[in-house]
Amino acid sequence: MKAYCELFNLTKTYPSPNGPAVIVKDFNLRLAEGEFVTLIGHSGCGKSTVLSMVAGLNSITDGGIILAGRELAGPGPDRGMVFQSPSLLPWMTAYENVMIGINQVFFTASKQERHQIAEYYLSVVGLADAMEKRPLELSQGMRQWVGIARAFALKPKMLLLDEPFGMLDSLTRYELQGVLLELWRKNRITALMVTHDVDEALYLSDRVVCMTDGPEAEVGDIIHVNFPRPRNRKEVMEHPDYYPLRERLIEFLEVHAHRRRPKHAAA
Amino acid sequence: MRDSTVPTAISASAVAVTPTPAKLPSSNRVAFAKFDWLLLPLVGIAAVVGLWFALSATLSKDLPNPIKTWEASKPYILEPLAKRGELDQGILRFTWLSLILVAKGYLMALVVGTPLGFVLGLSKTMTKALDPIIQVLRPVSPLAWLPLGMVLFLGAGRQASELAALFTIAICAMWPTVLTTAVGVRAIPQDYLNVAKVLKLSRWNTLTKVMIPATLPYMFTGFRLSLGIAWLVIVAAEMLTGRPGVGGFLWQQYNALVYEQIILCILTIGVVGFILDRLMSVVERRFKTI
Ligand SMILES: Nc1ncnc2c1ncn2[C@@H]1O[C@H](COP(=O)(O)OP(=O)(O)OP(=O)(O)O)[C@@H](O)[C@H]1O
Ligand SMILES: [Mg+2]
Repeated sequence: MKAYCELFNLTKTYPSPNGPAVIVKDFNLRLAEGEFVTLIGHSGCGKSTVLSMVAGLNSITDGGIILAGRELAGPGPDRGMVFQSPSLLPWMTAYENVMIGINQVFFTASKQERHQIAEYYLSVVGLADAMEKRPLELSQGMRQWVGIARAFALKPKMLLLDEPFGMLDSLTRYELQGVLLELWRKNRITALMVTHDVDEALYLSDRVVCMTDGPEAEVGDIIHVNFPRPRNRKEVMEHPDYYPLRERLIEFLEVHAHRRRPKHAAA
Repeated sequence: MRDSTVPTAISASAVAVTPTPAKLPSSNRVAFAKFDWLLLPLVGIAAVVGLWFALSATLSKDLPNPIKTWEASKPYILEPLAKRGELDQGILRFTWLSLILVAKGYLMALVVGTPLGFVLGLSKTMTKALDPIIQVLRPVSPLAWLPLGMVLFLGAGRQASELAALFTIAICAMWPTVLTTAVGVRAIPQDYLNVAKVLKLSRWNTLTKVMIPATLPYMFTGFRLSLGIAWLVIVAAEMLTGRPGVGGFLWQQYNALVYEQIILCILTIGVVGFILDRLMSVVERRFKTI
């Protein structure tokens, strides 16, 4: 596999009163271009830590990350972040929240073109009529939609999603998963997503990466999910492989995640 | 940094301006309860005026009683815009002069105080370097600053008294703006700063598009408190410099042994201060909702 994004020996330690606390140790992962990978693991194992290091918002203690042939240093708009809470700027309208990034990234484009990009992505997520609303006037789901539109509108090399649907009710969540999948299919952006939800992981991803428990969390198991695309929730759930894969994931989380694997065994 | 004084000042003024109407549970007092917002303040005013009468009749015979005060104040109130002399003008004219001086000094306080607050909020080093000085200078009374201002601007000749007054107003009124702005900058959610980081916004854009909007609610609380202090200081500044204005008039009348207008001036200062505070809280609330 030709790696588009490679995380090698990624390690994170925080200083603590009783010496340095090693949260993630020798985390290795290679993503192909256009691949959708989810990261699953128990609460507190260090999933967000890994993701924020890729985003450049958290310093890397050891190891490194290569994206499209270049080692990453610090944050940048080439990686679109979608957080659990969408972190929109509350004094800007939905349109302005998308536009601030577009102005920054596509500064060579004409005003008209930039306006069209923002309008296009906001309408794709169904917010054509809510563009001039402020985040406080939007529902939680709509805010998350704006966050997703903002990320896609910048045409990033990579999409980083940290439990983007964690705070939503299941109906909205299903809907948003569908929109996300559709957007991803059209744009083919390499994606790394953190989730707690086994079904979400299977529905969306090409591979599910299971993390062992911290401290010194690393890659425990990698599960390939080969359901045909474009996917439809019903077809995925009726696929003969669905329940065996689901069982394997749950078994990993319940049994193996707690056991440290011998070194080198991790992918 | 001891920010505790700021919330205290807020709650103190909140208590002062919103007297909670007394609850009267008994049902036959419903009619009274309907008008208590009007009746109770009237009762309070009547009590104070009664006390004033009693005081001027007994303990302090030099204090003019309410009737005498009204008689002597009438020309100033009924002809509020008259100008009979430099220190003999209608009360609105005096108020206007005071307000202009306050506006100038207050603007200076904001122009200096807001950036200083930002610097303190952004830099731990600057906080460590400047916080002790601020904490020491903050409690200094305007009466102490004014002579220093006079000395500073001695060379300015006839303008010296105005410059000294402005200096005093600015330096006394600046602190709430400095401190609340610094608190606001420190309270900017990391999420917002991350947006700026991820988008690689320039320093200027980070400041104007993210940090200033996020700090605005705090800044306006500071602006309101600063305006209150600026108005407090004006009186002291006018007294000591002898400038025409509400405070200057008050001091001149006292020195001329004319006591009747002192209460008039006090009431004017209070009412104007109250109106300014109300106006600023309207502005402040507008920025709270973003
Ligand atoms: N700034 C920090 N200083 C010290 N320890 C930290 C810091 N941030 C996170 N940690 C620790 O790192 C570990 C991993 O945190 P992280 O947020 O990555 O977990 P997570 O897998 O995303 O959990 P969740 O699923 O609950 O979001 C936790 O034990 C946490 O206590
Ligand atoms: Mg997390």
